[in-house]
Amino acid sequence: MLLEVAGLKKSFGSIVVADDLDLVVAPGEAVGIIGPNGAGKTTLFNLIAGGLTPTAGHIRFDGRDLLGVALPARCRAGIGRTHQIPQPFEKLTVFENLLVGAVYGRHQSEREVAQSCGEILERLGLLRRANALAGSLTLLERKRLEMARALATAPRLLLLDEIAGGLTEGECTELVATIREIRKTGVAILWIEHVVHALLAVIDRLVVLNFGRKIAEGVPKEVMKRPDVYQIYIGIEA
Amino acid sequence: MDDAAARPVQTFRIETAGGASRIAASIALLIVLVLALLPMFAGRTLIQDLIFLFYMLALAQCWNLLAGYAGLISVGQQAFVGLGGYLLFALTLIGGLNPLLAIPIAGVVSALFALPTALIVFRLRGAYFAIGTWVVAEVYRLVFAQIKPLGGGTGTSLTPTITSSVPGIEWVKTLLDLRTPAARDIVSYWVALALVVATLAAVYFILRSRRGLALGAIRDHEAAAAGLGVDIYRIKLAVYVATAAMTGMIGALIYLQKARISPDAAFSVLDWTAYVIFIVVIGGIGTMEGPVVGAIIFYLMQRYLADFGAYYLILLGTLGILVMLFAPKGLWGLVAERHGLTLFPTRRRLVIEADKRVQLNP
Repeated sequence: MLLEVAGLKKSFGSIVVADDLDLVVAPGEAVGIIGPNGAGKTTLFNLIAGGLTPTAGHIRFDGRDLLGVALPARCRAGIGRTHQIPQPFEKLTVFENLLVGAVYGRHQSEREVAQSCGEILERLGLLRRANALAGSLTLLERKRLEMARALATAPRLLLLDEIAGGLTEGECTELVATIREIRKTGVAILWIEHVVHALLAVIDRLVVLNFGRKIAEGVPKEVMKRPDVYQIYIGIEA
Repeated sequence: MDDAAARPVQTFRIETAGGASRIAASIALLIVLVLALLPMFAGRTLIQDLIFLFYMLALAQCWNLLAGYAGLISVGQQAFVGLGGYLLFALTLIGGLNPLLAIPIAGVVSALFALPTALIVFRLRGAYFAIGTWVVAEVYRLVFAQIKPLGGGTGTSLTPTITSSVPGIEWVKTLLDLRTPAARDIVSYWVALALVVATLAAVYFILRSRRGLALGAIRDHEAAAAGLGVDIYRIKLAVYVATAAMTGMIGALIYLQKARISPDAAFSVLDWTAYVIFIVVIGGIGTMEGPVVGAIIFYLMQRYLADFGAYYLILLGTLGILVMLFAPKGLWGLVAERHGLTLFPTRRRLVIEADKRVQLNP
């Protein structure tokens, strides 16, 4: 398994945001996560790729325990992530944003990574804006930059946090096509999304979270038909 | 299936800084040359003023790298100015070394002191870091006030033998037909010019290297930089130690020129940190040009308004507040934003080499 989460628990005081969570992602697999607001989805990402330390349980990436492994080292190990609210380096150009990820995430020189950065920008439709300041980008472009920057680190697992939120129908379709292309390169994907139809167009497996607990998991279409999930699903779409 | 093969294959290349920088480099070289030859024509007052301008600019560049890029808002850089100054006095008065040799040694020793200091202050964040650095500087001041061979709390002076033992003074005396004090100022001026040019070159070199890329990212969004593999702690530590070395050397030079040192003056938060912050903030933090603009404005204000005493300080504070409120990117930021100007280009551009279409069935 590429990612193994077992018995994961996280609480802030008396508030439990992750409760005995188990989750696995195989190499090249695409797994989706849905759940209402406050279900602990982003917290799960922060436990896997961020600075949060779990209260109990463990997370293994490629067989290596991530407990005590610092943020930059997790990135270099092959975990890439995008943020719900894009966090571009505004005074750097789009290309320089990617360079940071490529140079430090892969331990290569600027010259060595230029070609692959250019290719990623082309694939994500940002080539035209390569030498523009990241601060001048539109929301869609910022979301694409989040993904491009994460890809520049050459991840084996890509965590996408509500990347389709706030996009128009057409933009969403384009995004789904892009994510499918990324999948073809062998990158495993773990994707949190409220826009369920976009999610279903990509993933192999669906996990439903509620109040920090996993309440359902399995083949997406079947999971969506379950009455308890359906209820939450209605809640999301409303 | 042939679709993918028929798609143009693009070759990309990285290009750092454009052709405009060559013109800028020639102009910079010309300015340095004019400044180097200035003592031939200029009076002693101007030379002394420019020495002051040079070391304030060098200090401002260091603080800008620290605070503007690495996010280390230190209010304790006077620790290294004072340390450098005292090291110069100790090495020349007690150690019997030549002052010019003492300056680089002061830099190395400052870096060595910066390491354990960093281990303490790096445990603190934000405002606590700022206060922590200040407290450490006060500790340095109190420690040096206890050292009796260096004058304790009242301080000490360099002997005329030491101040005139700097190489080149005799040469300047005969060349320009000057008395020893004037010749001494000219040599100090050259050393100050060399040091400010070296500081600018060092900061520029750092910003153009891969560390500069990381520093730009840390400046804009620290957490995101860490998530992309940038080892924040290591880079911050490197910047802290490097700026301590540079600040220590500047401190040594300042007190070689002053020839008299006391703990209160050498570890003064007002002279070596507050004014420096003022320079960086009004010029524009997080750019290399900002401190240059700020240092010139500060020098002009000091030159023409210092006679007004307290009103001068009130004016200085008011200007600082106005700039922070209405031009938070500083005066350089106001100009540069509108015209996309840069004197120290560090931009990396992506260049598409050429479209090499794959030939299919000619």
